[in-house]
Amino acid sequence: MSDLLELDGVSRRFGGLLAVDNVSFRLKGEGITALVGPNGAGKTTCFNLIAGAFPPTQGSIRFRGKLISGFPAENICRLGIGRTFQVVRPMRDMTVIENAMVGAFSWTRKVSEARDAAREALDLVGLGPKADAAISKLTLPDRKMLETAKALSTRPRLLLLDEVMAGLRPPEAAAVVAVLRRLAEKGLSILLVEHVMRIVMEAAEHVIVLHHGAKIAEGTPQYIVSHPEVIAGYLGEGFRA
Amino acid sequence: MQKKRDALPDRGAVLASLAAFSVLSGLGGVLNPYLISLLTIVFLFTFIGQSWSIMLGLGGQLSIGHALFVGIGAYSVAVLNIRYGLSPWFGLVVGMALAATVGAALAWLSFRFEVRGIYFALLTIAAAEFARVVLSGWEFVGAMQGLFFPAQSGPNSLWMLRGDARFYYFVALAAVFLGISVTALIRQSFLGYVWRAMRDDEEASRALGVRTFLHKIVIVSFSGAWAAVGGGLLALVQGSVFPDSIMGMGISVDILVGPVVGGLGTAFGPLVGTLITLPLDHLASAIGNKFGIPGLNNVAYGFALIAAVWLLPDGIVPVMVNLAKSVTRFSWFGYLQMEQVKK
Repeated sequence: MSDLLELDGVSRRFGGLLAVDNVSFRLKGEGITALVGPNGAGKTTCFNLIAGAFPPTQGSIRFRGKLISGFPAENICRLGIGRTFQVVRPMRDMTVIENAMVGAFSWTRKVSEARDAAREALDLVGLGPKADAAISKLTLPDRKMLETAKALSTRPRLLLLDEVMAGLRPPEAAAVVAVLRRLAEKGLSILLVEHVMRIVMEAAEHVIVLHHGAKIAEGTPQYIVSHPEVIAGYLGEGFRA
Repeated sequence: MQKKRDALPDRGAVLASLAAFSVLSGLGGVLNPYLISLLTIVFLFTFIGQSWSIMLGLGGQLSIGHALFVGIGAYSVAVLNIRYGLSPWFGLVVGMALAATVGAALAWLSFRFEVRGIYFALLTIAAAEFARVVLSGWEFVGAMQGLFFPAQSGPNSLWMLRGDARFYYFVALAAVFLGISVTALIRQSFLGYVWRAMRDDEEASRALGVRTFLHKIVIVSFSGAWAAVGGGLLALVQGSVFPDSIMGMGISVDILVGPVVGGLGTAFGPLVGTLITLPLDHLASAIGNKFGIPGLNNVAYGFALIAAVWLLPDGIVPVMVNLAKSVTRFSWFGYLQMEQVKK
């Protein structure tokens, strides 16, 4: 049984900048993995490479054993990788539930089925009561959750979440972590970009650290926070878990 | 309950269209010949405007060269009917197929090379002008002298689509309500959702699995085929086709004013908008002729567009729908409260 996702020597160059530098890692079939690192470490670029927003300059990405690097974003989504955007991108002229329905049309053409799936996804992230609201009525945390619901309605095997908890107050973030745990228990694999170490410690079973585009460490949260290179490059000398 | 709502259009819209349809059919029996022919043209431009409105209002693709498809439809009907004596129905089918192919090819070429938005719109103008110039020099289709349908004789014939002014009034009216139904059906189907998502944010909808490249080609091709039917009917009503009058920039502009004023992408927008703008155009034109101010109709168009964009950026129909909703909510308010007390 191969791993769900395999990155093998993946690099991406933007002009003179090597945004992602020879990164390799594997994701198991389930559980929550966090991708951490300072600003500009290449986390979001890494996400975009997996999700097919642009192809890698070098290296290969496999999903369920199939080579997907270079595929367009819509095909990668249809293979089972859902993603959110760091800067939320709701469809402004559509209601909350209509937004969530779009993803469902990647696997059904029945509007009623899509509506049911969207409602389910909205209930999961706690947006059920606001299903018929206009996007302009949503707060930022709501919009972040809508991004998650949109990605969930595509029925992914792997969910890429780009800083969905940024800007949330601690109790809100805790609620989201609980949702993610529930999803992971249902057999979903989640790859999470996150800044707040406390959330990462709480949510993730596995952590990958990027620095200047390269992977500098990988392991359990406990291992990561005691890793000398991670402390030097990212957490800071004063950090003690 | 939920499923029913998806399968059927909402009751208000059905009632509104039935009411509009019966009023307009009734008018077809009593109006004088001038108003009959004016309204026939209004209906045909509504029908063509619906195709343009779906493409921009739902699919987010702007065309300023829709005369291309109108012309293809008009010439298909005219050539097959006048040169070969075939029923215009063949011409309509051939015109649809041709326009769909040309639309798909234009969209494929354009989107394949990432030409989009306003640049795609410029490309549609170029394509329409190119086709107009080609037809202007092509003797077989009449070149600049155009083609004329044989003079009217005999009874109305639905098979040959020949008849008096009142006959065309009802043909055009039927087309408009076909267009309203198709627009409403598309809006409610998965295509409506996917196209609106793509219009709002193309990259985000791709991340949700929407095959935007394919959908954009389908939209342009579909809209083109629809406009070609309108063009074919327009040719029959006018009794002749000329490259400049059926494929010129003027047609492309006439098509888009109504839907913009009425409400883009809505089922009724093109009808409501065209019912206002086209008679306004004729009225201003008549006043202009009387007082020796040529071009007054274009000024009127300009003002109508500015007024619509300024005062009602979403068009008239969305405002009317909201108004109707708030009125019904008001009258049902007491009843609803009773219901809640019972619960």
